[in-house]
Amino acid sequence: MNDYTKYLASRVTAGGLSRREFIGRAMAAGITLAVADKLFTESAEAAEPKRGGHLKLGLEGGAATDSKDPAKFLSQFMFCVGRCWGDMLVESDPLTGAAVPALAESWEPSKDAVTWTFKIRKGVKFHNGKELTIDDVVATLNRHTDKKSESGALGVLGSIKEIKADGGNLVLTLSEGNADMPLLLSDYHLVIQPNGGVDDPLASIGTGPYKLTSFEPGVRATFEKNKDDWRSDRGYVDSIEIIGMNDATARIAALSSGQVHYINRVDPKTVNLLKRAPNVEILSTAGRGHYVFIMHCDKAPFDNNDLRLALKYAMDRETMVQKILGGYGKVGNDFPINSTYALFPEGIEQRTYDPDKAAFHYKKSGHSGSVLLRTSEVAFPGAVDAAVLYQESCKKAGIDIEVKREPGDGYWTNVWNVQPFSTSYWGGRPTQDQMYSTAYLSTADWNDTKFKRPDFDKLLLQARAELDEAKRKDMYRAMAMMVRDEGGVILPMFNDFVNASTKQVKGYVHDIGNDMSNGYVATRVWLDA
Amino acid sequence: MTNPAPSNILPGLRFRQRFPLLALILERFVLSIVLLFAVSILIFGGLEALPGDFATTYLGQSATPQAVANIRQDLGLDRPVTTRYVEWLGSAVQGDFGTSWASKNSVSEQIGKRLGNSLFLAGFAAVISVPLAVGLGMVSVHFRNRMPDKIINVISLAAISLPEFFIGYLLILFFAVKFGMATFPATVYDSMAFSERLKAIALPTATLVLVVLAHMMRMTRAAILSVMSSAYMETAELKGLSASRSIVKHAAPNALAPIINVVALNLAYLVVGVVVVEVVFVYPGMGQYMVDAVTVRDMPVVQACGLIFAAVYIFLNMTADILAIIANPRLRHPR
Repeated sequence: MNDYTKYLASRVTAGGLSRREFIGRAMAAGITLAVADKLFTESAEAAEPKRGGHLKLGLEGGAATDSKDPAKFLSQFMFCVGRCWGDMLVESDPLTGAAVPALAESWEPSKDAVTWTFKIRKGVKFHNGKELTIDDVVATLNRHTDKKSESGALGVLGSIKEIKADGGNLVLTLSEGNADMPLLLSDYHLVIQPNGGVDDPLASIGTGPYKLTSFEPGVRATFEKNKDDWRSDRGYVDSIEIIGMNDATARIAALSSGQVHYINRVDPKTVNLLKRAPNVEILSTAGRGHYVFIMHCDKAPFDNNDLRLALKYAMDRETMVQKILGGYGKVGNDFPINSTYALFPEGIEQRTYDPDKAAFHYKKSGHSGSVLLRTSEVAFPGAVDAAVLYQESCKKAGIDIEVKREPGDGYWTNVWNVQPFSTSYWGGRPTQDQMYSTAYLSTADWNDTKFKRPDFDKLLLQARAELDEAKRKDMYRAMAMMVRDEGGVILPMFNDFVNASTKQVKGYVHDIGNDMSNGYVATRVWLDA
Repeated sequence: MTNPAPSNILPGLRFRQRFPLLALILERFVLSIVLLFAVSILIFGGLEALPGDFATTYLGQSATPQAVANIRQDLGLDRPVTTRYVEWLGSAVQGDFGTSWASKNSVSEQIGKRLGNSLFLAGFAAVISVPLAVGLGMVSVHFRNRMPDKIINVISLAAISLPEFFIGYLLILFFAVKFGMATFPATVYDSMAFSERLKAIALPTATLVLVVLAHMMRMTRAAILSVMSSAYMETAELKGLSASRSIVKHAAPNALAPIINVVALNLAYLVVGVVVVEVVFVYPGMGQYMVDAVTVRDMPVVQACGLIFAAVYIFLNMTADILAIIANPRLRHPR
């Protein structure tokens, strides 16, 4: 069985492929019908979830400062903890990234996408026995949209003007049309709590598949199964234990000695060593996070598009992915969107390393002398190495890059968004609209490339309110082209989420939404004895 | 010639003459308090000088100007430094370290737990390492320059030359991953049985013992050896005492002062300096707690940890000084 059929079989096991699809693709890969059929049956049997057992996760990112209040979830640890005990109104589909119902059964936008009506699920009970009502939903959203709120979702929900209950339905009125409204409600801060969590934000009472039984910030969280869970397609293990492990070597040791079933944040530098352990499986999922080289479009010499193009053509993306990400990533195409986004603009030509074109544009720009690039290890793992690699690939195009290593402390305040050419990192956003609105809209605080184009802004706002998917896709394509050909971002790579588990862990869903199966890992997997 | 009249002597001096030991102890104690006070200023000032404040670091990439402003106002970060320092010191003196800005939990309560864990680990390591080090030191004096002495020296030197995280990783690799004998990670929690706890801390304790052993052992050896060369040891030898008896009875007590000093230093290290070991073994102690807090500039926690670390250090040093004075009467009369 080659890697591709192995991958297909794992998709079947995860429930992502039908028999017909599987056999079709396996035969296309050169496997006979009989073998393909047998493979499918085996994989499908493995797909039958088993219940019971005690699941242990060792996660990076917990801290003694973590708060149980969902509004203040920040760390990877709390992201995962919150997904165990809480539910949002909406979830995102693991394979397509589209919005799918959770506590909201269905929704309906008005024609201009300004008013949204969500039908709230009936018969759902909180962990304390209280039934979920529309009032709880309204109170939750009110708490997170309060101007005085310290909620991490405050920015996402900024356009909500009015929240009200209409019978059993939730009605949201926005200040402007937004076709992505349901997806925004899948934000992990927006756990629906009894009375919005106003009385006791730290109570950790939700509607999720597990009840929190103990919690020590930065150390450990334990859960037991919620017997009254409203869904049967999740929560397979009886109990969960999440242990905070901030040391990468400790995580690897705990996994390979079988003390935990799953770890996150496997370092690309050591992943090949971990692969050799007999009972370990590497789980690598394509992600939206990307490493960037940022040029300020409004500052000399980067205010010259030919120079920007020259610097883009001088980037050797393939080498970057191999050397900096250890191969666990995909090449970028100088716009911040990849195929994990719904409505990804397909068919845009991949920009490749081309010293001749780079030299041509460099000459045309009229610039001479060296170009100063500032970097630091905190920009992204391996940023300094990446800068030096880039310096080398530029040399072949006759461009002289001067690399300046900046101190890590204060990099985000003194260098990023301040200096005209620097390295940086972006985490993904749930939607294309959010990604562009955060970093490419002229008025955005974090427009770190100083990309200011009224026609781009106009298109962004139009696309936001556009409910026709085909039209919207075209708009996103046009926007991607503008950023790619005229923007200030050099985007060599998207990094994968690299996690690992023991082989007892089955049913892992490679969710494109976010790391650790979009935080749902503990509620989606089961243990094979 | 007449002696100076007693009335010319200052009352403090008279007290000192009458109770030299007590006076010295009191002096040390007062000095410690002053030192602790100075440290509190340093901690507060140092934290103020760090780039970035809690509001921006805590919110990170999800920081909107609105949320940042809300947090700053909420915590009173807009008030002057001196006001905040005086308030903080005022309540810290009463044992109240305030509330963590990030988790909103009581700092004193959290520290109680974490300090308990750290002391448990450090205490356990101390109970094993101190007698072991002193014992081995005596053994190596007894066999000086012969095989046992050389073996002890080589092994302890090797252990002290390796950084503690490396020793930790080696122990994990062999005892947890390869042979599956030891518990890893060493995470302890409230509802854990005592026997489970002991099992969990076996590897970190072993690491700490290996790290501090050599220092104490070699100091013991050197101190006893230097005493051994003095005249009264010759006398002991000449009057026919056995070598081991003369070491234990005559040499060791006279070498106590430097030994106590190095033991105290190492004890302080066990409590204060185990951050790396705690991280490697995923042990929820003070070090880990402080590192987490520094990362997000959670001031009340960092300040409390800093102050407690300083207090532990100062207290152990003070105790060492006092014990050394008691053990060696000559130290009571400064020249």
